[in-house]
Amino acid sequence: MPSLGADMEAGTFIQWNIAPGQAVKRGDVVCVVETEKGAVDVEIWASGTVARLVAEPRQRIPVGGVLALLAAEGEDWRAVAATPIAPAEAPRPAPAPAPVRSSPAARKRAEELGVDIAALAAKKGGAPITLADVEGAAQTAPRAAAPAVAGEGAARTGMRQAIAAAMARSKREIPHYYLGCEVEVERAATWLEQFNAGRPIGERVLFAALAFKAIALALREVPDLNGVFVDGAFRPSAAIHLGVVTSLREGGVIVPALHDADKLGVPDLMAALRDLLTRVRAGQLRSSDLADATTTVTNLGDLGVETVYGVIYPPQVALIGLGRVVARPIAREQQIVAARMLTVTLSGDHRVTDGMTGARFLSKVRERLARPEGL
Amino acid sequence: MTAPDRAAIRQAVIDAVLTIAPEADFATVVPTKSLREQLDLDSFDYLNVLIALARQLHVEVPEADYGKVETLDGLVGYIAQRVATA
Repeated sequence: MPSLGADMEAGTFIQWNIAPGQAVKRGDVVCVVETEKGAVDVEIWASGTVARLVAEPRQRIPVGGVLALLAAEGEDWRAVAATPIAPAEAPRPAPAPAPVRSSPAARKRAEELGVDIAALAAKKGGAPITLADVEGAAQTAPRAAAPAVAGEGAARTGMRQAIAAAMARSKREIPHYYLGCEVEVERAATWLEQFNAGRPIGERVLFAALAFKAIALALREVPDLNGVFVDGAFRPSAAIHLGVVTSLREGGVIVPALHDADKLGVPDLMAALRDLLTRVRAGQLRSSDLADATTTVTNLGDLGVETVYGVIYPPQVALIGLGRVVARPIAREQQIVAARMLTVTLSGDHRVTDGMTGARFLSKVRERLARPEGL
Repeated sequence: MTAPDRAAIRQAVIDAVLTIAPEADFATVVPTKSLREQLDLDSFDYLNVLIALARQLHVEVPEADYGKVETLDGLVGYIAQRVATA
Protein backbone atom coordinates (compact mmCIF):
# COMPACT_ATOMS: atom_id res chain seq x y z
CA MET A 1 0.00 0.00 0.00
CA PRO A 2 1.71 3.17 -1.14
CA SER A 3 1.54 6.41 0.84
CA LEU A 4 -0.63 8.79 -1.14
CA GLY A 5 0.23 11.88 0.84
CA ALA A 6 1.63 12.41 4.32
CA ASP A 7 -1.84 12.42 5.85
CA MET A 8 -2.66 8.88 4.72
CA GLU A 9 -2.46 6.03 7.24
CA ALA A 10 -4.34 3.33 5.38
CA GLY A 11 -6.33 2.76 2.23
CA THR A 12 -9.27 0.55 1.33
CA PHE A 13 -8.47 -1.84 -1.46
CA ILE A 14 -11.13 -1.79 -4.20
CA GLN A 15 -10.16 -3.87 -7.22
CA TRP A 16 -7.40 -5.48 -9.24
CA ASN A 17 -6.68 -4.61 -12.86
CA ILE A 18 -4.12 -7.42 -13.14
CA ALA A 19 -3.97 -11.20 -12.79
CA PRO A 20 -1.27 -13.66 -11.66
CA GLY A 21 1.18 -14.48 -14.44
CA GLN A 22 0.74 -11.09 -16.07
CA ALA A 23 3.84 -9.05 -16.91
CA VAL A 24 3.76 -5.47 -15.63
CA LYS A 25 6.11 -2.57 -16.00
CA ARG A 26 6.79 0.33 -13.69
CA GLY A 27 4.02 2.92 -14.02
CA ASP A 28 1.24 0.52 -15.06
CA VAL A 29 -2.04 1.02 -13.25
CA VAL A 30 -2.50 -2.23 -11.35
CA CYS A 31 -5.31 -1.59 -8.89
CA VAL A 32 -7.70 0.93 -7.41
CA VAL A 33 -7.51 2.05 -3.79
CA GLU A 34 -10.01 4.24 -1.96
CA THR A 35 -8.60 7.02 0.23
CA GLU A 36 -10.02 10.12 1.86
CA LYS A 37 -9.23 11.81 -1.45
CA GLY A 38 -11.41 9.44 -3.42
CA ALA A 39 -10.55 6.46 -5.59
CA VAL A 40 -6.96 6.44 -6.81
CA ASP A 41 -5.42 4.40 -9.62
CA VAL A 42 -2.30 2.84 -8.14
CA GLU A 43 0.69 2.62 -10.46
CA ILE A 44 3.19 -0.13 -9.75
CA TRP A 45 6.67 1.10 -8.82
CA ALA A 46 8.65 -1.91 -10.11
CA SER A 47 8.53 -4.08 -13.22
CA GLY A 48 8.08 -7.86 -13.14
CA THR A 49 5.44 -10.56 -13.24
CA VAL A 50 2.40 -10.62 -10.97
CA ALA A 51 2.75 -13.66 -8.69
CA ARG A 52 -0.05 -13.49 -6.16
CA LEU A 53 -2.82 -11.02 -5.38
CA VAL A 54 -3.06 -10.66 -1.61
CA ALA A 55 -5.45 -7.77 -1.01
CA GLU A 56 -9.17 -8.41 -1.20
CA PRO A 57 -11.93 -5.96 -2.09
CA ARG A 58 -13.00 -3.64 0.78
CA GLN A 59 -9.99 -4.67 2.84
CA ARG A 60 -8.43 -1.79 4.75
CA ILE A 61 -4.65 -1.97 4.49
CA PRO A 62 -2.13 0.23 6.32
CA VAL A 63 0.49 2.15 4.37
CA GLY A 64 3.33 -0.31 3.76
CA GLY A 65 1.04 -3.35 3.95
CA VAL A 66 1.25 -6.01 1.26
CA LEU A 67 -1.12 -5.70 -1.71
CA ALA A 68 0.42 -8.35 -3.95
CA LEU A 69 3.56 -10.36 -4.58
CA LEU A 70 5.58 -9.54 -7.66
CA ALA A 71 8.25 -11.74 -9.26
CA ALA A 72 11.31 -9.86 -10.48
CA GLU A 73 12.52 -10.44 -14.00
CA GLY A 74 14.07 -13.88 -14.28
CA GLU A 75 12.21 -15.20 -11.22
CA ASP A 76 9.58 -17.93 -11.54
CA TRP A 77 6.33 -16.23 -10.61
CA ARG A 78 4.76 -19.52 -9.52
CA ALA A 79 7.53 -20.06 -6.99
CA VAL A 80 7.13 -16.50 -5.73
CA ALA A 81 3.38 -17.03 -5.46
CA ALA A 82 3.97 -19.93 -3.08
CA THR A 83 6.14 -17.84 -0.75
CA PRO A 84 4.49 -17.23 2.59
CA ILE A 85 4.30 -13.56 3.46
CA ALA A 86 6.73 -12.85 6.27
CA PRO A 87 5.11 -11.01 9.17
CA ALA A 88 7.65 -8.21 8.78
CA GLU A 89 6.35 -7.58 5.29
CA ALA A 90 2.77 -7.48 6.37
CA PRO A 91 2.58 -5.05 9.27
CA ARG A 92 -0.58 -5.35 11.26
CA PRO A 93 -1.84 -2.78 13.70
CA ALA A 94 -0.66 -3.75 17.17
CA PRO A 95 -1.99 -5.46 19.15
CA ALA A 96 -2.88 -7.79 16.32
CA PRO A 97 -6.56 -8.68 16.54
CA ALA A 98 -7.53 -12.32 16.13
CA PRO A 99 -8.04 -12.88 12.43
CA VAL A 100 -11.70 -12.73 11.52
CA ARG A 101 -12.75 -15.31 9.00
CA SER A 102 -15.47 -13.91 6.80
CA SER A 103 -16.45 -13.67 3.18
CA PRO A 104 -15.64 -10.44 1.35
CA ALA A 105 -19.36 -9.90 0.80
CA ALA A 106 -19.97 -10.20 4.54
CA ARG A 107 -17.20 -7.72 5.29
CA LYS A 108 -18.58 -5.26 2.80
CA ARG A 109 -22.09 -5.55 4.17
CA ALA A 110 -20.80 -5.21 7.73
CA GLU A 111 -19.11 -1.99 6.80
CA GLU A 112 -22.27 -0.69 5.13
CA LEU A 113 -24.46 -1.60 8.07
CA GLY A 114 -22.01 -0.50 10.73
CA VAL A 115 -21.75 -3.99 12.21
CA ASP A 116 -18.62 -4.74 14.27
CA ILE A 117 -17.45 -7.88 12.53
CA ALA A 118 -14.76 -8.62 15.12
CA ALA A 119 -17.32 -8.62 17.93
CA LEU A 120 -19.53 -10.87 15.85
CA ALA A 121 -16.63 -13.28 15.29
CA ALA A 122 -15.94 -13.38 19.02
CA LYS A 123 -19.59 -14.29 19.63
CA LYS A 124 -19.40 -17.08 17.09
CA GLY A 125 -16.22 -18.42 18.60
CA GLY A 126 -14.10 -17.90 15.52
CA ALA A 127 -16.45 -19.62 13.07
CA PRO A 128 -16.53 -17.97 9.64
CA ILE A 129 -18.85 -14.97 9.41
CA THR A 130 -21.37 -15.10 6.61
CA LEU A 131 -23.48 -12.46 4.96
CA ALA A 132 -26.52 -13.81 6.84
CA ASP A 133 -24.69 -13.41 10.19
CA VAL A 134 -23.99 -9.80 9.42
CA GLU A 135 -27.52 -9.00 8.34
CA GLY A 136 -28.94 -10.83 11.32
CA ALA A 137 -26.71 -8.88 13.68
CA ALA A 138 -27.69 -5.62 12.06
CA GLN A 139 -31.37 -6.36 12.68
CA THR A 140 -31.11 -7.55 16.26
CA ALA A 141 -28.38 -5.32 17.63
CA PRO A 142 -29.15 -1.71 18.33
CA ARG A 143 -27.35 0.38 15.77
CA ALA A 144 -24.02 1.87 16.63
CA ALA A 145 -24.17 5.58 17.44
CA ALA A 146 -23.04 6.48 13.96
CA PRO A 147 -24.30 4.05 11.35
CA ALA A 148 -22.07 3.94 8.32
CA VAL A 149 -23.11 6.80 6.11
CA ALA A 150 -22.78 5.66 2.55
CA GLY A 151 -21.69 7.77 -0.35
CA GLU A 152 -20.66 11.35 -0.78
CA GLY A 153 -21.40 12.67 2.69
CA ALA A 154 -19.08 10.14 4.27
CA ALA A 155 -16.39 10.80 1.68
CA ARG A 156 -16.58 14.52 2.35
CA THR A 157 -16.31 13.98 6.10
CA GLY A 158 -13.31 11.72 5.52
CA MET A 159 -11.60 14.32 3.39
CA ARG A 160 -12.33 17.08 5.91
CA GLN A 161 -10.82 14.92 8.66
CA ALA A 162 -7.73 14.21 6.54
CA ILE A 163 -7.24 17.92 5.82
CA ALA A 164 -7.77 18.75 9.48
CA ALA A 165 -5.22 16.14 10.56
CA ALA A 166 -2.58 17.36 8.11
CA MET A 167 -3.13 21.03 8.97
CA ALA A 168 -3.21 20.39 12.73
CA ARG A 169 0.07 18.52 12.40
CA SER A 170 1.49 21.41 10.40
CA LYS A 171 0.50 24.02 12.97
CA ARG A 172 1.74 21.80 15.82
CA GLU A 173 5.10 20.88 14.34
CA ILE A 174 6.09 23.61 11.90
CA PRO A 175 7.16 27.02 13.20
CA HIS A 176 5.84 29.05 10.30
CA TYR A 177 7.06 32.41 9.14
CA TYR A 178 5.23 34.46 6.52
CA LEU A 179 6.53 36.85 3.88
CA GLY A 180 4.77 38.62 1.05
CA CYS A 181 5.64 40.98 -1.74
CA GLU A 182 3.86 42.78 -4.53
CA VAL A 183 5.30 41.87 -7.88
CA GLU A 184 4.69 43.92 -10.98
CA VAL A 185 3.49 41.56 -13.70
CA GLU A 186 2.60 44.04 -16.42
CA ARG A 187 5.32 42.76 -18.75
CA ALA A 188 4.50 39.11 -18.02
CA ALA A 189 0.77 39.66 -18.56
CA THR A 190 1.32 41.58 -21.80
CA TRP A 191 3.78 38.97 -23.04
CA LEU A 192 1.26 36.21 -22.30
CA GLU A 193 -1.54 38.05 -24.12
CA GLN A 194 0.63 38.28 -27.23
CA PHE A 195 1.67 34.66 -26.84
CA ASN A 196 -1.97 33.52 -26.57
CA ALA A 197 -3.23 35.74 -29.39
CA GLY A 198 -1.52 33.50 -31.93
CA ARG A 199 -2.73 30.22 -30.48
CA PRO A 200 -5.98 28.26 -30.79
CA ILE A 201 -8.14 28.44 -27.66
CA GLY A 202 -7.37 24.86 -26.66
CA GLU A 203 -3.66 25.71 -26.40
CA ARG A 204 -3.97 28.97 -24.55
CA VAL A 205 -1.86 29.39 -21.45
CA LEU A 206 -3.31 30.73 -18.20
CA PHE A 207 -1.37 33.27 -16.18
CA ALA A 208 -1.14 30.78 -13.31
CA ALA A 209 0.94 28.44 -15.50
CA LEU A 210 3.40 31.23 -16.21
CA ALA A 211 3.61 32.06 -12.51
CA PHE A 212 4.13 28.37 -11.62
CA LYS A 213 7.06 28.23 -14.02
CA ALA A 214 8.60 31.33 -12.45
CA ILE A 215 8.16 29.77 -9.00
CA ALA A 216 9.72 26.47 -10.11
CA LEU A 217 12.77 28.25 -11.53
CA ALA A 218 13.12 30.39 -8.41
CA LEU A 219 13.02 27.21 -6.27
CA ARG A 220 15.92 25.86 -8.29
CA GLU A 221 17.95 28.82 -7.10
CA VAL A 222 16.72 28.57 -3.51
CA PRO A 223 16.72 24.78 -2.94
CA ASP A 224 16.22 25.01 0.82
CA LEU A 225 12.50 25.60 0.25
CA ASN A 226 12.09 22.50 -1.91
CA GLY A 227 12.03 19.14 -0.17
CA VAL A 228 10.71 17.35 2.90
CA PHE A 229 11.42 17.42 6.64
CA VAL A 230 11.55 13.81 7.81
CA ASP A 231 12.96 12.25 11.00
CA GLY A 232 14.23 15.53 12.33
CA ALA A 233 16.16 16.54 9.22
CA PHE A 234 15.53 18.40 6.00
CA ARG A 235 16.00 16.43 2.82
CA PRO A 236 16.23 18.75 -0.15
CA SER A 237 14.87 17.46 -3.44
CA ALA A 238 16.71 17.86 -6.72
CA ALA A 239 13.43 17.42 -8.58
CA ILE A 240 10.87 20.21 -8.35
CA HIS A 241 7.35 18.79 -8.09
CA LEU A 242 4.85 21.54 -7.35
CA GLY A 243 1.82 20.48 -5.33
CA VAL A 244 -1.06 22.44 -6.83
CA VAL A 245 -3.87 23.13 -4.38
CA THR A 246 -7.04 22.22 -6.26
CA SER A 247 -10.40 22.85 -4.69
CA LEU A 248 -13.22 20.48 -5.44
CA ARG A 249 -16.67 21.80 -6.23
CA GLU A 250 -18.19 19.48 -3.66
CA GLY A 251 -15.83 20.85 -0.99
CA GLY A 252 -12.33 20.04 0.19
CA VAL A 253 -9.03 20.23 -1.62
CA ILE A 254 -6.65 17.84 -3.31
CA VAL A 255 -3.00 18.70 -3.86
CA PRO A 256 -1.72 16.75 -6.86
CA ALA A 257 1.89 17.15 -8.00
CA LEU A 258 2.94 18.91 -11.18
CA HIS A 259 6.10 16.93 -11.83
CA ASP A 260 9.39 18.57 -12.88
CA ALA A 261 7.71 21.94 -13.27
CA ASP A 262 11.09 23.65 -13.70
CA LYS A 263 11.94 21.53 -16.75
CA LEU A 264 8.72 22.05 -18.69
CA GLY A 265 8.37 24.80 -21.26
CA VAL A 266 5.40 27.07 -20.57
CA PRO A 267 3.03 25.40 -23.12
CA ASP A 268 4.01 21.94 -21.82
CA LEU A 269 3.54 23.07 -18.24
CA MET A 270 0.07 24.34 -19.14
CA ALA A 271 -0.73 21.02 -20.84
CA ALA A 272 0.47 19.08 -17.79
CA LEU A 273 -1.54 21.34 -15.50
CA ARG A 274 -4.62 20.92 -17.68
CA ASP A 275 -4.24 17.14 -17.61
CA LEU A 276 -3.81 17.16 -13.83
CA LEU A 277 -6.73 19.49 -13.02
CA THR A 278 -9.00 17.63 -15.42
CA ARG A 279 -8.22 14.30 -13.78
CA VAL A 280 -8.58 15.69 -10.25
CA ARG A 281 -11.99 17.09 -11.04
CA ALA A 282 -13.07 13.92 -12.82
CA GLY A 283 -11.89 11.82 -9.85
CA GLN A 284 -9.29 9.99 -11.94
CA LEU A 285 -6.20 10.42 -9.82
CA ARG A 286 -3.15 8.22 -10.09
CA SER A 287 -0.89 7.30 -7.20
CA SER A 288 1.99 9.27 -8.76
CA ASP A 289 -0.16 12.41 -8.65
CA LEU A 290 -0.36 12.29 -4.87
CA ALA A 291 2.89 10.82 -3.67
CA ASP A 292 5.73 13.24 -4.01
CA ALA A 293 5.13 17.00 -4.20
CA THR A 294 8.22 18.85 -2.95
CA THR A 295 6.55 22.18 -2.26
CA THR A 296 3.03 23.55 -2.66
CA VAL A 297 1.52 26.46 -4.54
CA THR A 298 -1.96 27.79 -3.97
CA ASN A 299 -3.57 30.20 -6.37
CA LEU A 300 -6.56 31.96 -4.86
CA GLY A 301 -6.51 34.98 -7.16
CA ASP A 302 -9.46 33.75 -9.16
CA LEU A 303 -11.59 34.01 -6.08
CA GLY A 304 -10.65 37.65 -5.57
CA VAL A 305 -8.12 37.01 -2.81
CA GLU A 306 -5.20 39.42 -2.86
CA THR A 307 -2.95 37.87 -0.24
CA VAL A 308 -2.66 34.22 0.81
CA TYR A 309 -1.36 33.26 4.27
CA GLY A 310 -0.82 29.57 3.68
CA VAL A 311 -0.39 26.60 5.98
CA ILE A 312 2.52 24.36 4.95
CA TYR A 313 1.57 20.84 3.92
CA PRO A 314 3.79 18.46 5.91
CA PRO A 315 6.36 17.03 5.40
CA GLN A 316 7.09 19.91 3.02
CA VAL A 317 8.79 23.06 4.27
CA ALA A 318 7.26 25.83 2.18
CA LEU A 319 4.03 26.97 0.63
CA ILE A 320 3.73 29.69 -1.99
CA GLY A 321 0.54 31.70 -2.35
CA LEU A 322 -0.63 33.64 -5.38
CA GLY A 323 -3.25 36.35 -5.15
CA ARG A 324 -5.24 38.21 -7.75
CA VAL A 325 -3.62 40.05 -10.63
CA VAL A 326 -4.91 43.57 -10.15
CA ALA A 327 -4.20 46.88 -11.92
CA ARG A 328 -2.82 49.58 -9.60
CA PRO A 329 -1.25 52.99 -9.90
CA ILE A 330 2.47 52.65 -9.31
CA ALA A 331 5.44 55.01 -9.48
CA ARG A 332 7.82 54.33 -12.32
CA GLU A 333 10.60 56.79 -13.17
CA GLN A 334 8.86 59.57 -11.24
CA GLN A 335 5.60 58.99 -13.11
CA ILE A 336 2.40 57.50 -11.80
CA VAL A 337 1.37 54.75 -14.21
CA ALA A 338 -1.10 51.88 -14.15
CA ALA A 339 0.42 48.42 -13.89
CA ARG A 340 -0.87 44.95 -13.13
CA MET A 341 0.36 43.67 -9.79
CA LEU A 342 0.37 40.27 -8.10
CA THR A 343 0.97 39.56 -4.42
CA VAL A 344 3.18 36.51 -3.94
CA THR A 345 3.48 35.11 -0.43
CA LEU A 346 5.67 32.51 1.15
CA SER A 347 5.00 30.45 4.25
CA GLY A 348 8.34 29.05 5.38
CA ASP A 349 9.46 26.51 7.96
CA HIS A 350 11.82 28.00 10.55
CA ARG A 351 13.30 24.58 11.26
CA VAL A 352 14.91 24.78 7.84
CA THR A 353 15.10 28.39 6.68
CA ASP A 354 14.85 31.97 7.90
CA GLY A 355 13.18 35.03 6.46
CA MET A 356 16.40 35.83 4.61
CA THR A 357 16.06 32.70 2.47
CA GLY A 358 12.40 33.39 1.92
CA ALA A 359 13.15 36.95 0.86
CA ARG A 360 15.73 35.71 -1.63
CA PHE A 361 13.17 33.35 -3.09
CA LEU A 362 10.54 36.07 -3.51
CA SER A 363 13.04 38.35 -5.22
CA LYS A 364 13.93 35.51 -7.62
CA VAL A 365 10.24 35.10 -8.47
CA ARG A 366 10.05 38.81 -9.13
CA GLU A 367 13.12 38.67 -11.41
CA ARG A 368 11.71 35.72 -13.34
CA LEU A 369 8.34 37.37 -13.89
CA ALA A 370 10.07 40.53 -15.09
CA ARG A 371 11.58 38.50 -17.95
CA PRO A 372 8.66 36.36 -19.16
CA GLU A 373 10.34 35.49 -22.45
CA GLY A 374 12.91 33.55 -20.44
CA LEU A 375 10.31 31.32 -18.76
CA MET B 1 -26.62 24.11 -41.90
CA THR B 2 -28.50 27.02 -40.36
CA ALA B 3 -26.85 29.18 -37.74
CA PRO B 4 -28.00 28.41 -34.20
CA ASP B 5 -30.43 30.97 -32.75
CA ARG B 6 -29.96 32.67 -29.38
CA ALA B 7 -31.99 30.04 -27.54
CA ALA B 8 -29.79 27.28 -28.94
CA ILE B 9 -26.63 29.22 -28.06
CA ARG B 10 -27.92 29.84 -24.55
CA GLN B 11 -28.59 26.14 -24.15
CA ALA B 12 -25.10 25.31 -25.43
CA VAL B 13 -23.60 27.69 -22.86
CA ILE B 14 -25.67 26.13 -20.08
CA ASP B 15 -24.69 22.63 -21.15
CA ALA B 16 -21.00 23.58 -21.25
CA VAL B 17 -21.18 25.10 -17.76
CA LEU B 18 -23.10 22.12 -16.36
CA THR B 19 -20.39 19.67 -17.41
CA ILE B 20 -17.98 21.66 -15.23
CA ALA B 21 -20.33 22.78 -12.47
CA PRO B 22 -23.06 20.12 -12.34
CA GLU B 23 -24.70 21.79 -9.33
CA ALA B 24 -25.18 25.15 -11.10
CA ASP B 25 -28.78 26.33 -10.95
CA PHE B 26 -29.50 28.52 -13.95
CA ALA B 27 -32.91 29.45 -12.55
CA THR B 28 -31.06 31.64 -10.05
CA VAL B 29 -28.30 32.94 -12.34
CA VAL B 30 -28.65 36.67 -13.00
CA PRO B 31 -27.89 36.96 -16.73
CA THR B 32 -26.41 40.43 -16.41
CA LYS B 33 -23.97 39.58 -13.61
CA SER B 34 -20.62 37.79 -13.76
CA LEU B 35 -21.19 34.13 -14.49
CA ARG B 36 -17.85 33.19 -12.96
CA GLU B 37 -18.60 34.91 -9.68
CA GLN B 38 -22.10 33.48 -9.41
CA LEU B 39 -21.02 29.93 -10.14
CA ASP B 40 -17.53 29.91 -8.59
CA LEU B 41 -15.81 29.17 -11.87
CA ASP B 42 -12.06 29.73 -11.78
CA SER B 43 -10.05 30.79 -14.82
CA PHE B 44 -9.34 27.16 -15.68
CA ASP B 45 -13.07 26.30 -15.52
CA TYR B 46 -14.00 29.29 -17.64
CA LEU B 47 -11.36 28.50 -20.25
CA ASN B 48 -12.84 24.99 -20.43
CA VAL B 49 -16.32 26.44 -20.97
CA LEU B 50 -15.00 28.56 -23.83
CA ILE B 51 -13.14 25.59 -25.31
CA ALA B 52 -16.30 23.46 -25.22
CA LEU B 53 -18.25 26.25 -26.93
CA ALA B 54 -15.54 26.70 -29.56
CA ARG B 55 -15.75 23.01 -30.34
CA GLN B 56 -19.52 23.03 -30.62
CA LEU B 57 -20.25 26.39 -32.21
CA HIS B 58 -16.93 27.10 -33.94
CA VAL B 59 -16.54 30.48 -32.30
CA GLU B 60 -13.27 31.11 -30.47
CA VAL B 61 -13.34 33.99 -28.02
CA PRO B 62 -9.98 35.80 -28.18
CA GLU B 63 -8.53 36.85 -24.83
CA ALA B 64 -8.93 40.49 -25.80
CA ASP B 65 -12.72 39.93 -25.84
CA TYR B 66 -12.96 38.24 -22.41
CA GLY B 67 -14.45 41.44 -21.01
CA LYS B 68 -17.45 41.04 -23.34
CA VAL B 69 -18.27 37.50 -22.24
CA GLU B 70 -18.36 37.81 -18.47
CA THR B 71 -22.12 37.49 -18.12
CA LEU B 72 -24.55 34.92 -19.52
CA ASP B 73 -26.23 37.58 -21.69
CA GLY B 74 -22.86 38.92 -22.79
CA LEU B 75 -21.54 35.51 -23.77
CA VAL B 76 -24.71 34.49 -25.64
CA GLY B 77 -24.90 37.85 -27.43
CA TYR B 78 -21.22 37.74 -28.34
CA ILE B 79 -21.47 34.26 -29.86
CA ALA B 80 -24.74 35.11 -31.66
CA GLN B 81 -23.07 38.11 -33.27
CA ARG B 82 -19.99 36.16 -34.26
CA VAL B 83 -22.10 33.34 -35.72
CA ALA B 84 -24.21 35.86 -37.67
CA THR B 85 -21.19 37.61 -39.16
CA ALA B 86 -19.24 34.42 -39.87
